[in-house]
Amino acid sequence: MKMKKTMQKPVLAIGPFHPLQEEMEFFQLTVDGETVTDIDARISYNHRGIEGISETLQFDQVPFLVSRVCGICSASHPLAYVQAVEDIVGIEPPERALYVRTIINELERIHSHLLWVGLGGHFIGYDTVFMWAWKYREPVLDLLEEITGNRNNYGNVRVGGCREDIPDEAVPKIFKELDLLEPKIEMLTKAVLDDPIIHARLKGVGVLSREDAVAYAVAGPTARGSGIAIDVRRDDPYAAYGDLDWNVISQPEGDVFAKAVVRLLECMESVKMIRESLNKLPKGPVAVEVKEIPPGEGCGRAEAPRGETFHYVRSDGGNRPVRHKIRAPSYVNVPSFRASCIGQHIADVTLTLAAVDPCYSCTERLAVIDSHNNITHNYDTLLQMSREKTARIQKEIGAPQLKLEDL
Amino acid sequence: MKQEELKNRLSEIKDKLIGIEETTERRMHLLCEAENAHAVNKFLFENLALRFAIITGIDSDDCFEILYHYSNDESGCVVTIKAFIRDRENPAIESITPLIPGAEWIEREIHDLFGINFVNHPNLRRLILADDWPEGVYPLRKACPFNDVQGRL
Repeated sequence: MKMKKTMQKPVLAIGPFHPLQEEMEFFQLTVDGETVTDIDARISYNHRGIEGISETLQFDQVPFLVSRVCGICSASHPLAYVQAVEDIVGIEPPERALYVRTIINELERIHSHLLWVGLGGHFIGYDTVFMWAWKYREPVLDLLEEITGNRNNYGNVRVGGCREDIPDEAVPKIFKELDLLEPKIEMLTKAVLDDPIIHARLKGVGVLSREDAVAYAVAGPTARGSGIAIDVRRDDPYAAYGDLDWNVISQPEGDVFAKAVVRLLECMESVKMIRESLNKLPKGPVAVEVKEIPPGEGCGRAEAPRGETFHYVRSDGGNRPVRHKIRAPSYVNVPSFRASCIGQHIADVTLTLAAVDPCYSCTERLAVIDSHNNITHNYDTLLQMSREKTARIQKEIGAPQLKLEDL
Repeated sequence: MKQEELKNRLSEIKDKLIGIEETTERRMHLLCEAENAHAVNKFLFENLALRFAIITGIDSDDCFEILYHYSNDESGCVVTIKAFIRDRENPAIESITPLIPGAEWIEREIHDLFGINFVNHPNLRRLILADDWPEGVYPLRKACPFNDVQGRL
């Protein structure tokens, strides 16, 4: 009961919620000394009621709404939605559209994973990794802009195909950018895999066991990092994934290091997939006309960078969905913190939370309550602790720090 | 688990179901009454080891439907348990959170948005709605005053 009392006080005092910041999420940790004993997450500070709004829109307007569920996953959500509607109608889009969808989704995965790698570096005090990963991410966003007109919120899928085709003159440019990008990702991967500090800092931290991963029903790299090799792209193939030659990456350890390895190697697989898709890109139209949506219900799934995105749509034969359920992967990945954070050292918490890749801003809303001393740490002190731990390990190992020239 | 094997094993819970629908090869619906939903969930999660995906709540006029979506990752099939809650006055269904910790949030969310009571849920606090949201107003029910679509257009 005493603990509860101390927990209630700082919620008011910290005030980390700012209405201008995107994606409010609040984690409250209870610690004993330097060990986390409990974690409580509060969400929905900025609930936008997208499922409710979707029921008021026409079927062809919804893709533009759901691409705004998340800016980073703005290709996966509309894709999962249109696949759910196509499931109801029972149509298959033209083959070229399937390849265009694949290319856009894999470009999205690369830019999202690079964003995460950069942030991971930032959290442990490797700001060089942060700057370089984000630098390599830029050309990927430029490619997406060239194809769809936007760096994010592409709005490129519609029921029955795609809205915009990949222009022929863009194809050699994509090849060229991929050729430049591939060695950079290889170097980043090598830098992470070979660096003794990163090994010491990330291995055994924030372990999510296979059993916990099943119990919390996690998805995406969070599951694959715990040895559960699931991937909707392979298991329930959509777009052109069934025709491509690629591998599902998984690691058995379940720690932060395993998740980092999964994401970096997945970037390489994505590069491979885009190349193959461009080589196989069939000719023809990118959309078929869909006039009526019959009554019925459908499920659509897409593998977003963070895991399986699940959309359920029900139609009564009118021009609006009567129910549209959206499950983003973070919805199942975030509660798994209860399994991976409790018992951890407090300096590892930011990193453990970040390893799931929930959202940058999520981790900023962190408050720590020490049940003995009633000290409240904020995000800055936690980040500081995380970096100090890295520096300590560096000193102990005596290894040189990652140099700019290595990259 | 192969899809054939899954279909064969469903006979073990035949008495709990009121129907099986297959819309396509990779989409399957198991229909049951609310009181049997927990047993069917337990069978799918523990005996068949399917992966829990999410729950959808639907207000369909004469009843509430609770849809438990599972994924059979070996065959790529989405298996959906469709449970009907016939009592519209006091809608209740047994919670699956003690069985699957990953269902905690979504059950709290459906409790908020549809007013469905998840019996035996360990922590049925509000998740989506604000603390000062009025009691007894459920935003995703069709009769909710905020859902007057025609009025808004």
